[in-house]
Amino acid sequence: MARMKFLCDAERCIECNGCVTACKNEHEIPWGVNRRRVVTLNDGLPGEKSISVACMHCSDAPCMAVCPVDCFYKTSEGVVLHDKDLCIGCGYCFYACPFGAPQFPQDGAFGLRGKMDKCTFCAGGPEADNSSAEFKKYGRNRLSEGKLPACAEMCSTKALLGGDADVIADIYRNRVLKRGKGAEVWGWGTAYGKPEKPATPPAGAKS
Amino acid sequence: MKLAAATAAAALAMTGLAGCGESSQVTVYKQGQYQGKPDSRPWESESFKGDRAGWEKAIKARNNGQNEYSRTVSN
Repeated sequence: MARMKFLCDAERCIECNGCVTACKNEHEIPWGVNRRRVVTLNDGLPGEKSISVACMHCSDAPCMAVCPVDCFYKTSEGVVLHDKDLCIGCGYCFYACPFGAPQFPQDGAFGLRGKMDKCTFCAGGPEADNSSAEFKKYGRNRLSEGKLPACAEMCSTKALLGGDADVIADIYRNRVLKRGKGAEVWGWGTAYGKPEKPATPPAGAKS
Repeated sequence: MKLAAATAAAALAMTGLAGCGESSQVTVYKQGQYQGKPDSRPWESESFKGDRAGWEKAIKARNNGQNEYSRTVSN
């Protein structure tokens, strides 16, 4: 099994926020914490584009690199998780993350910053699988139930894909080639061409 | 008198020994290494009971379920 990844197809995302709602509901996320959100460019203008963003579970995660207490770890499936018992809520990971994934609950008086919370790829955390302690700290552990993240599985247009990187890249490649639009962009062959059989870019492609 | 002295000496010894049982409260961090609790693998859960192949099969089925082209007749 390859690494777990998310992929959002901006051509399909309709900004319904179903993924955000699914995530909030699945993990009972408090107000002020958004593990996933939908970002829209040129909102309200013709041709606006939306994309669903959360922790991208980076292969070389900057949050892991900057954490002063080393509370991050990466599972064998490539999911970046952290130990909330160790987190000191310093916010370094928030500054390091290019996606704004780490979230900090306002905890107590004077806007006291709580321990960092982020997307877990529905894989829980370092507590007994599906225990109440795990749910309380990290949310539901769907991966251990043989399920994929709720946001991706809930997506009505299947803009948001989540799972084994090789499989979702195949789904996306097939989709783009079938719709005949998108494969001409720069870097397509590098990103989605199969290593053993690179996808044939259409005439005029720049990659 | 002797008994009281012996009791006092024993109490003093016990107090002194109590200090030996105190564990260090200073965390020592090893740079660049995960310091938290270990986590189990997803297939070690109650649902799969260590059946990695079964878990991978379930995940693969879910993965492919996201491909709506595979659900249509003319792929």
